[in-house]
Amino acid sequence: MSSPDSAVIVADRLTRRFGDLVAVHDVSFQVSKAAIFGFLGPNGSGKSTVIRLLCGVLRPSDGGGSVLGHDVGQEAEAIKRRIGYMSQKFSLYADLSVTENLDFYGRIYGLGRPKLRQRKEELFELCGIRPFARQLAGTLSGGWKQRLALACALIHKPEVLFLDEPTAGIDPVARRELWDLLFELSGRGVTLFVTTHYMDEAERCSHVGYIYLSRLIVCGKPADLKALDTVTPRGVRRVEVTCPHTATALHRLRALDGVRDATLFGERLHVLIDDALADARLIEAIGEDATATEVRPIAPTLEDVFVTLSRSEAERRKS
Amino acid sequence: MNGFMAILLKELAHIRRERATLFFAFMVPVFQLTIFGYAIETTIEDITTVVYNLDGRQDSRELVSAFQNTRKFNVVEQVFSEAAFEHAMASGRAKVGIKIPPDYTERLLLGQQATVQVLIDGSDSQIATTALNSASLLGLHKSLERGFAYAESRQAAVARDPAGRLTLPIQIRPRLLYNPDLESAHFFVPGLIGIIMQLVTLFLTSFAIVRERELGTLEQLFVTPVGRAGLMLGKLIPYALIGFVETLIVLAVMVFGFGVPIQGDIALLLLLSLLFLFTALGLGLLVSTLATTQLQAIQFAFIIMLPSILLSGFVFPREAMPTPMYLLSFVIPATYFIEILRGIILRSATIVDLLPHVVGLAVCCFLSLTLSVARFRKQLD
Repeated sequence: MSSPDSAVIVADRLTRRFGDLVAVHDVSFQVSKAAIFGFLGPNGSGKSTVIRLLCGVLRPSDGGGSVLGHDVGQEAEAIKRRIGYMSQKFSLYADLSVTENLDFYGRIYGLGRPKLRQRKEELFELCGIRPFARQLAGTLSGGWKQRLALACALIHKPEVLFLDEPTAGIDPVARRELWDLLFELSGRGVTLFVTTHYMDEAERCSHVGYIYLSRLIVCGKPADLKALDTVTPRGVRRVEVTCPHTATALHRLRALDGVRDATLFGERLHVLIDDALADARLIEAIGEDATATEVRPIAPTLEDVFVTLSRSEAERRKS
Repeated sequence: MNGFMAILLKELAHIRRERATLFFAFMVPVFQLTIFGYAIETTIEDITTVVYNLDGRQDSRELVSAFQNTRKFNVVEQVFSEAAFEHAMASGRAKVGIKIPPDYTERLLLGQQATVQVLIDGSDSQIATTALNSASLLGLHKSLERGFAYAESRQAAVARDPAGRLTLPIQIRPRLLYNPDLESAHFFVPGLIGIIMQLVTLFLTSFAIVRERELGTLEQLFVTPVGRAGLMLGKLIPYALIGFVETLIVLAVMVFGFGVPIQGDIALLLLLSLLFLFTALGLGLLVSTLATTQLQAIQFAFIIMLPSILLSGFVFPREAMPTPMYLLSFVIPATYFIEILRGIILRSATIVDLLPHVVGLAVCCFLSLTLSVARFRKQLD
């Protein structure tokens, strides 16, 4: 990544234990200014804990980090003034109106009356929530709730914005629009730290990190990750198989010698095979109508990257 | 104090939206005061009584009417067998049983002692004590009457009044101060005001932080630069205002509804009520920081309410408590406040008279507020 002095977020061997449970283990990464850092991982892998550690809401058990140059353990309050945070679940006041929620957060950050009015205008514009200004927050639909939450997190012009699964449970159109907003913010120089489950969202990030069972397995630009040797080792190639009965084909392929891995992707199969294994052998092994079965080489997607890496990590830990 | 105004304005907006909270805060205390104030009646009269009169002649009938005339006893039944007598007591139809022996009249005439058995149901100690005292007093009185008659017949006297009539050698002349008619409302209603004030403020504030914790908004607040004291006080002041208005309402109900006038300084009373309100609110906030769910908060609040009702001297006199309980009553803020309420309302006590209680309450207030702020950490662990 970039040089340390331009790094806005630094995690350095960050560790957090809850009793015997290690929720975050030895996690290190850096995020540079105006980056969109996508933080991925299965449920319970420690994504939210990392965000809480970086926001200064939880203290690290070991290791440390900094946000905007402030130490996460020592200068939490200084960090809080300069960051915005949007949590996984809707956490605004449902019985207050859109304007009242914005006013509240504005006052919390100590914005004066004229400044607050100006910021509200800007955010009404940016997030498109002006028509709902007087509506109670609890009566907004999912997508609009998220926009309001984003507006509240932005009221004090934070330099870094942490978003914990901002698009969980909202419809695809609202999801797309929210991402457009995030790109807009990144364009204005705001550094974004986003956790998500959605691979298509990960593809949009400038950098991604993948956390699996409390450890950061991989971190980098999406293109660099796809080119990793561990994802597609030498002497191995990745193909996509299209056939009428993918489920049965999956079983047969997995049983075939020379097949390293096979995963179902909707109506297609992504198969990792030895270079030596010919396409014809695959088609033959599937044993279906050869004309309806098609094999073509593909580059790995981010999903391939994460699936491959978590499997090898799980095997590595088992042994 | 960072963010104090923001929190304060937000809480006021919540309260404005939450009509049920306002109802709970203002109307429920009035209902409670009315219901409790009328229900708690300690003057005991008309204790149900069964009479088993084996004598049945003039003298014995006079004795029964003497019992009835005290107004403490209400003869509901006359029985004519031992079994019926016992059954009337066992079934609970009568709390007191009077059994007059067959030779009652003869013995009195012969100058012997006549024994009248009085059985008292001891299950309710207050009723039993009243019955016991009244029955003994009646026996004493009746005996004195006979003694006077005898002395008169012999032209002897232990003491005479200026008019020359026989009288008791020692006269006890009691005079009741502050509550001459012994109306229980005068004693109970001021105490009840303290209990109700604590009940409402404690419950209102218990929810203040737990609710935000449950909704997830507290986590959102933690990532803002809002200060600890700002958050706590911002939540406390609106409820203190509600509590103060509520105090005025219940005091008005006391004065105009129950006819208990405030003898002392009203300004002093209100000032000390404010001190108590902040103590109770501090306790509520403490509960709020201890509990993680609203259900837990309710349970904690009940745990605090129970000793406040039982040990504060509201119901049972503290002087009569066993030593450990008596000592425990000193850490209950309501103890001091109830003393203050009764002192100012009934006895017109001044701040100098009440100084020990005022100091005690002030210490409680300081402790409850500092403890709750100290307990509250702006972190999630």
